[in-house]
Amino acid sequence: MHTLIPPANALDHATGAEQATIELVEYGDFQCPYCREAFFIVKEIQHQLGDKLRFIFRNFPLSEAHEYAMDAALAAEAAALQQQFWPMHDALYNRQSDLDEALLVILATELGLDLQKFSDDMDSPRLLSKVEADFESGVRSGVNGTPTFYVNGKRYDGDYQNLASFLAR
Amino acid sequence: MLQKGEKAPDFTLQSTPEKRVTLADLRGKNVILAFYPADWSPVCSDQMSLYNEMLKYFERYNAVLLGISVDGAWCHQAFAKARQLHFDLLADFEPKGAVSRLYGVYEEGVSQRALFVIDAEGIIQWSYLSPVGQNPGADGILNALEKLK
Repeated sequence: MHTLIPPANALDHATGAEQATIELVEYGDFQCPYCREAFFIVKEIQHQLGDKLRFIFRNFPLSEAHEYAMDAALAAEAAALQQQFWPMHDALYNRQSDLDEALLVILATELGLDLQKFSDDMDSPRLLSKVEADFESGVRSGVNGTPTFYVNGKRYDGDYQNLASFLAR
Repeated sequence: MLQKGEKAPDFTLQSTPEKRVTLADLRGKNVILAFYPADWSPVCSDQMSLYNEMLKYFERYNAVLLGISVDGAWCHQAFAKARQLHFDLLADFEPKGAVSRLYGVYEEGVSQRALFVIDAEGIIQWSYLSPVGQNPGADGILNALEKLK
C-alpha cells in the first residue's frame, strides 16, 4: 500500500472546496502525453463532482525523457508566485504540442504576468528546489510513472481512464 | 534471494563492448543493483527511465546504480542510447545469468525484477523482489539508503 508522503499541505497547489470529501492528488509532467489525456479526464471529474472534490497537482518532471518538462514545471511554479498556477497549468496542457522555451514566455505574456519577475523566478534555486522536492516526495510516495494519482492519500493503481467511475462510487 | 546482512558476491561484468564493471571496485560507495528481465520490454523501460531521473538523488546518498539483465553488451549499448540512460547496464550474458544466480534472482532464463542496496563495505542492507510485471518504483531504495546514513 503506497501512501502520499507528505500528506497534502499548505505548500501544495490546490483547487476546489477545502471541505471536499474527495482529495485527488496528481503527480504529473507537463510534457507527458498521458498526463495531457488525464488533464481532460480530471477537468471532467471536477465538473461532475463540483464541491465534493479538491484537486492538487505536484510536479514529477521526467527531465531526461522530456526536454521541456523541467522548464514547464518551473514556469508553472513561477506563475504560482504571481497567483496564476492553475491558468498556467491548464495552458501548458492545452498547448502541449507547441511546448518549448518560447511558448513559456508566450503563455506568461498571455496571462499578464510580470515577465521580468517570471524569468527571474524561473531561474531561482528556490523554485528548482520546490520542483525537486515534489519529485522526491513522488518517489517516496511510490510514483513509478506519470501520471500517478492518490485518492484521499492512497495510491490509485487503476487506469486513469476509469478514475471518474472509481471516484463516483 | 540474498537477504540483508549477507555479503554481496563480487562480480565483473561488461557494460559496453569496451567497458567492464567490478563490484569490489565500488567499495566506499553504496551500490544499488537493479536486476530486470529484459531491455526494451515496456515495464523495464519505464523502471530504468525512472531510475535515470533519480541519479542525482542517489548521488546525494553516495550511491551508484547498476542495472543488470541477461542481455548482451551491444544490446545494452543500443538500449541505453535510445533511452539516454546515464548509468551502467551490466550484461549477465556469459555464462548466462551467472551473477543473477549468485544473488538468487534467476528464473526461467531471465533475471527477476529484484533490487539490492549494498553498503560501502559490500554488505547487502536491503533486498526486494518485485512481481515481474510491476514497476517497483524507487521508494524502497530511497528508504534503504536513508537508513544507511
